[in-house]
Amino acid sequence: MDASETKPLALRLGHVSKVFGGVRALDDVSLDVREGEVHCLAGENGCGKSTIIKIVTGVYQPEPGAEIEIFGERREGISPVQSRARGIAVIWQDLALFPHMSVAENIAFDGLVGARPRLVRTARLRPAVEAVLTRLGVSLDLDAALNTLPIAQRQIVAIARALMGRARLVFMDEPTASLTQSETDRLLEIVRTLSAQGVAVVFVSHRLAEVLEISERVTVMRDGRIVGVFPTKGMTQARLGELMTGATLEHAVSARDRSGAPPVLDVSGLSRAGDFADIDLTVRAGEVVGLTGLIGAGRTELAHALIGMTQPDRGTIRLNGKPFRPASIRAAIRAGIAYVSEDRLSLGLIQPQSIADNTVISVLDRIRTPLGLLSERRKARIVDDWIAELAVKIGHREDAVSTLSGGNQQRVVLAKWLATEPTLLILDSPTVGVDVGARAGIFQIVRRLADQGLAILLISDEVSEVLFNADRVLHMAGGRIIESFDPHATSIAQAEARIYA
Amino acid sequence: MTGFYAQLQERLGRETVPLIGFLLLVVVGFALATPQFLTAANFSSMAFQLPALGLLTLAMLVPILSGGLNLAITATANISGLTLAWTLIQFGGAEAGFGAFLLGVVLALAAGGAAGCVMGLVVAYIGAHPILVSLAMMIFLRGLGEFLTRGGDISGFPDFMNTIGHGTLAGIPVPLIIFAVAALVWHVMLKRTRHGFSVYMIGSNIQAAEYSGLHSKRTLTLIYTISGMICAIAGILMAARFNSVRVGHGEALLLVTVLACFLGGIDPFGGFGRVLPVVVALVILQVLSSGLNLLGANQHLSTAVWGLFLIAVMALRFVFARLSEIRRRRE
Repeated sequence: MDASETKPLALRLGHVSKVFGGVRALDDVSLDVREGEVHCLAGENGCGKSTIIKIVTGVYQPEPGAEIEIFGERREGISPVQSRARGIAVIWQDLALFPHMSVAENIAFDGLVGARPRLVRTARLRPAVEAVLTRLGVSLDLDAALNTLPIAQRQIVAIARALMGRARLVFMDEPTASLTQSETDRLLEIVRTLSAQGVAVVFVSHRLAEVLEISERVTVMRDGRIVGVFPTKGMTQARLGELMTGATLEHAVSARDRSGAPPVLDVSGLSRAGDFADIDLTVRAGEVVGLTGLIGAGRTELAHALIGMTQPDRGTIRLNGKPFRPASIRAAIRAGIAYVSEDRLSLGLIQPQSIADNTVISVLDRIRTPLGLLSERRKARIVDDWIAELAVKIGHREDAVSTLSGGNQQRVVLAKWLATEPTLLILDSPTVGVDVGARAGIFQIVRRLADQGLAILLISDEVSEVLFNADRVLHMAGGRIIESFDPHATSIAQAEARIYA
Repeated sequence: MTGFYAQLQERLGRETVPLIGFLLLVVVGFALATPQFLTAANFSSMAFQLPALGLLTLAMLVPILSGGLNLAITATANISGLTLAWTLIQFGGAEAGFGAFLLGVVLALAAGGAAGCVMGLVVAYIGAHPILVSLAMMIFLRGLGEFLTRGGDISGFPDFMNTIGHGTLAGIPVPLIIFAVAALVWHVMLKRTRHGFSVYMIGSNIQAAEYSGLHSKRTLTLIYTISGMICAIAGILMAARFNSVRVGHGEALLLVTVLACFLGGIDPFGGFGRVLPVVVALVILQVLSSGLNLLGANQHLSTAVWGLFLIAVMALRFVFARLSEIRRRRE
């Protein structure tokens, strides 16, 4: 730590403000990043993290009076070209790569775009591209089309592309949002490699565990202001969450014994080749059963079989005591199962369409007049009722659902499914992309629903989430349920040790 | 004033009001340019010309809303017209009775519906792209029609068909009534039925719609089946108007229907759009073409003006979207 104190600054921001319309997105923000440092920028969605990146990379110009110092050079503002020329690169969440071009072409892209038109000799690119990948300690098939690679490898391509441009300060915007735990570990390893080679990395994330694991210092933001800069040594997740939200979050095991209640879902010996095998699972009325494990353990695949998206090979499912084998998701919905997908952006909601339409899509039959036509009035009533019930913060119900924050979008998803009056609710990673503060709100709703007698299967790869919010926790690995944890008798560390073993 | 304007936009849709303004502008322009424009004869001729294009545009509209396209609309209309003509000829051609005509209409609707249904099934269950599927269907139907007719005309229909093509009811041209009813049905279908709701949702994100419990495959099949059936009605109307059927009739209208949809503010990527602005856009296209015709310009020039008009509308929309964004940021 002491050695790094003396390192020169890669970036210093002082008195940076940015106003959009009447909204102060950034208010007198200061930030410094040392060369070769891994620095975390933490804060809830909308706190101004992305605005900072966009100012440093020249997408936005700050309000007058700002000081920007890049590798010792002071300036008032910066253009995208100047920013790149000074070694600043961003790995955006959507990566901004070319899906149909090869890995080598993607990595070498910036060098290919010359001032003058000229022919490109792909063969000449290879040694340089290979050198960069070696520097990162990874190997990739250079000729593979980018869209054939998994997300994690595409991210590595994006990083390699930044290094090809001789980046010395790399911003990573929510880089782990769509990665599994092991992929995340590999990414963090690469970040450490970069740091060791003198490249400063600013890691933007709201996954607190990673923030604490990877960085030396963390700058916490809230509502466009800097809350403070803290060394990560001695910092806890709970403390960091409090700093980000400004509220004390309760973390306590809430598990209760529900073994006396009648089973709603009763699965025995359920198998589907390649996905899962010999699954025995019971979820009782009013019970929250947590299902955790690594990604690829078969959790989502099991959920898909329960809702009729896929057909199991063997085994039986009983729903409310009756044999149940849904042929389609519509059959599952009719039988009283609701499934909140892990992929809210592309499966959970129809993002460009309205909040109202997204809410009633599952209960169209209920807004029909006797003539069979859909009634705007009945639709408005159902939507308004659910918005009030789940305390969704919206402008107008006809606004596109994409205008809402992650937490409010997830509430709309819940409204859509609760409107069907299900007896079993399957929540697949319900807090992906939801702020720390809003997560607590989601789980309050989950707990209330359980108290009303709803059976809930909670799938999540965040161990703390299931331990704190479920009555029983099942550990799935390699397509099988291998053990169960009692939340009262298991600590997070014990459970994580078993799962990541 | 702004309140009234906002309310008008609310009622008619954001796209409609500027289009109506533009329509008024064009009408006033032509009225000043030529005294022949504001005449009953001119309005009557426009009212007879518009419906065939209008019905075909309705056939194009819903597939585009669902994120697809139907390139087979004119070919489907032709093959349906042929089906009607063939039925009438079986019953004596010009001597055929009204019963034979009704049978022909039913068979024509069945032919159009079947062509659409096949496209819908392939799009929905095989997952082929609608452009490829409808292109293949267009080529198949055109080839089939040319083979059956050997490229010639079929004519000699009973006199009462004339009424459908050229008659009036209470002073209103019958084709216009048919189109108005169809447009109204389309409006209600899209805004007030489960099928219409599904069209919009599928147009935006078919997978999410499926996960929400909508039957996306059945909806897609129905979209193209209904599209085929309205093509059949257009085909029957064209047969009645020209008193003959020939493969290739109205082929030039194919891309004009796409133009009308985009002018009417249908999102080319699906999911958003309404019937009313598309109808207004159709009227503008018809006014432009009739007005230029009266001024003595030839048919090709009016086609060129249509194209320019679309480009101008797109540019204006871009400017207005920018302006309103800037205004919103200021607030």
